[in-house]
Amino acid sequence: MTTRSMRALSGTLKPLFSLRSPQGFVVAACHQTHKSTYTTIAPPARYGGRHTVTLIPGDGIGPELAKHVCELFRFCCVPVDFEVVNVDSTKTSEDDINNAIMAIRRNGVALKGNIETNHNLPPSHKSRNSLLRTTLDLYASVMHSQSLPGVRTHHRNIDIITIRENTEGEYSSLEHESVPGVVECLKIITRTKSLRIADYAFRTAREKGRRRVTAIHKANIMKLGDGLFLECCKEVASGYPEITFNSMIVDNTTMQLVSRPQQFDVMVMPNLYGNVVSNVCAGLVGGPGLVPGANYGENYAVFETGTRNTGKSIANKNTANPTAMLLASCLLLDHLKLHGYASMIRKAILSTITDSQLHTADLGGKGSTSEMVQSIMDAIQSSGPRTQRH
Amino acid sequence: SILCNKTCVCPASQIQTVTLIPGDGIGPEISNAVMKIFEAAKAPIRWEERNVTAIRGPGGKWMIPPDAKESMDKNKIGLKGPLKTPIAAGHPSMNLLLRKTFDLYANVRPCVSIEGYQTPYTDVNLVTIRENTEGEYSGIEHVIVDGVVQSIKLITEQASKRIAEYAFEYARNNQRASVTAVHKANIMRMSDGLFLRKCREAAEKYKDVKFTEMYLDTVCLNMVQDPTQFDVLVMPNLYGDILSDLCAGLIGGLGVTPSGNIGANGVAIFESVHGTAPDIAGKDLANPTALLLSAVMMLRHMGLHGHAKKIESACFDTIRDRKVLTKDLGGNSKCSEFTEAICQRMKDMD
Repeated sequence: MTTRSMRALSGTLKPLFSLRSPQGFVVAACHQTHKSTYTTIAPPARYGGRHTVTLIPGDGIGPELAKHVCELFRFCCVPVDFEVVNVDSTKTSEDDINNAIMAIRRNGVALKGNIETNHNLPPSHKSRNSLLRTTLDLYASVMHSQSLPGVRTHHRNIDIITIRENTEGEYSSLEHESVPGVVECLKIITRTKSLRIADYAFRTAREKGRRRVTAIHKANIMKLGDGLFLECCKEVASGYPEITFNSMIVDNTTMQLVSRPQQFDVMVMPNLYGNVVSNVCAGLVGGPGLVPGANYGENYAVFETGTRNTGKSIANKNTANPTAMLLASCLLLDHLKLHGYASMIRKAILSTITDSQLHTADLGGKGSTSEMVQSIMDAIQSSGPRTQRH
Repeated sequence: SILCNKTCVCPASQIQTVTLIPGDGIGPEISNAVMKIFEAAKAPIRWEERNVTAIRGPGGKWMIPPDAKESMDKNKIGLKGPLKTPIAAGHPSMNLLLRKTFDLYANVRPCVSIEGYQTPYTDVNLVTIRENTEGEYSGIEHVIVDGVVQSIKLITEQASKRIAEYAFEYARNNQRASVTAVHKANIMRMSDGLFLRKCREAAEKYKDVKFTEMYLDTVCLNMVQDPTQFDVLVMPNLYGDILSDLCAGLIGGLGVTPSGNIGANGVAIFESVHGTAPDIAGKDLANPTALLLSAVMMLRHMGLHGHAKKIESACFDTIRDRKVLTKDLGGNSKCSEFTEAICQRMKDMD
């Protein structure tokens, strides 16, 4: 490893390749005890009974949806104060995203919109979203795709939780052009991270009373990489005898998802397959406007829409579907242990969704974002007192 | 024998020889079905049957039998049934060997909804073109330290250029309106960026075909909601693998999906992509549709559009009729009965 290529390595791999004492570091890495992840993430401190949450509006439909979240929270008297941090995706300096990361470290929790990545810029300009996830080590991306009543889709009765490794795999951003015209992109799979995500998946399955965990892989082709991932999953599975474990190759998985999605329960997979599978699941239940997503790390949690779209083409037209973002804010409230508020808002959202008159364009309707949000607020008002004794 | 490239129209009197690789499991019976149907359609095809089993060549390298290679090199066009992938046999899969031997760089899978075989999706009509030689399937992996594995995804300018140009050529020859490049250049800036650049360059040369770019996740998201918005999709190896199987799932699975592999030097091998189904092998229960539709794709590639249309219509009409269907299509008939029904339909057409 040259010094130059070492500088490009992400934080976790650097100590392994330090030129100073290679043997010592390698040995240390091998004996590194697997840090226990059995401690639940404690909600950050409340000052005066109110939580401070970082809010990153992002691009496209992000800002308008963030505004609606603030509006709704204010209406419901939710004890959350948002610290807004803007990240300008047009700037090449990383100051903005570093400020956002620092704010999240301070508050422990964030709600974010997607930050656009201009993929025509040189590779030195990394995806801001990816930077955020890897720096804060938000290793698990969880998305719960559920068929919603009142939404017309090709399939019914879908209830799939996709758990995707969020920090390594194909998203390591390690690329080089060794010979002109030949580009190599490295996909890194490590034992520690694979064990960690598998453990997270089984723990989540147990907590939520789910019966089966399916590992998605392509180990017949990528024998070492995905083979390692699969091995780690099997190892963790042995510690959860009440949960059935099986595995499926990713191409067969997508085929099964479009023909019989009801067979899946909890799915765990490396980064790229997670991207594909979670988008397929979101599409199956009604699209990007409906499914919320959560990124969990050991110390931080960031909530966003499940499929992470900027929605550039529908920005500022008041046609975006606010459901995904609002459900993400409910996940945020659950994380802060404000379950009363979370279920109140969630119930109102679900009752609004069943009314097809209010469906936004992505669901085939003519409703507007503000109409939907207003209807949610009306539903909350009519269901009882706005504030809840906590 | 007379060789025909896809731009010339051959008179029916010129018989062309095609290499036929029946394969394993249900391979022989579905190959027989296809041969029978072609005979009934009076297609000007002569079959040259060959078997492919891996043999050790001089120098210890695994290769396909020389007579199979010779036949393919001579005829240029081949039709292949399913081949079993041996576990722990010491040699790579036969499909991989074939790919390497003939430099089969493009995998083309047209996915069209079959009337009569109901799926939750209707009106699917798209084509996935997948780069088949490099990308994530380069097979280069290392263990860096214990517990850290690195897999290398290789994207080269040459392979990307070749697949991009093939995609546009295919779109033009088959009257397709647009080509969409599927990528993840926001994350894999250099590799997918290179692929995308080559697609853009190819688009410049084919101004009559519309070119768009879309992220892989957006394609997946939109594909399961509304597949009718897609036409021709071109992408690197892994995305192609996933998407082509996803699209096959939309129309009913691998049992009804045709597939073609285009190689260098005019070689083209059309195949059914389902497995060998050893449990029903030899019992006259198999469904020959996938191999038949691949053979139809082959006829189109050879310029025999009339015969292709005749056989395809007979096949689709039989399925739409729902009177004689194999078990996987929801019926109770045998393979031979299904084949006979198609042959009868073609006789009635004449």
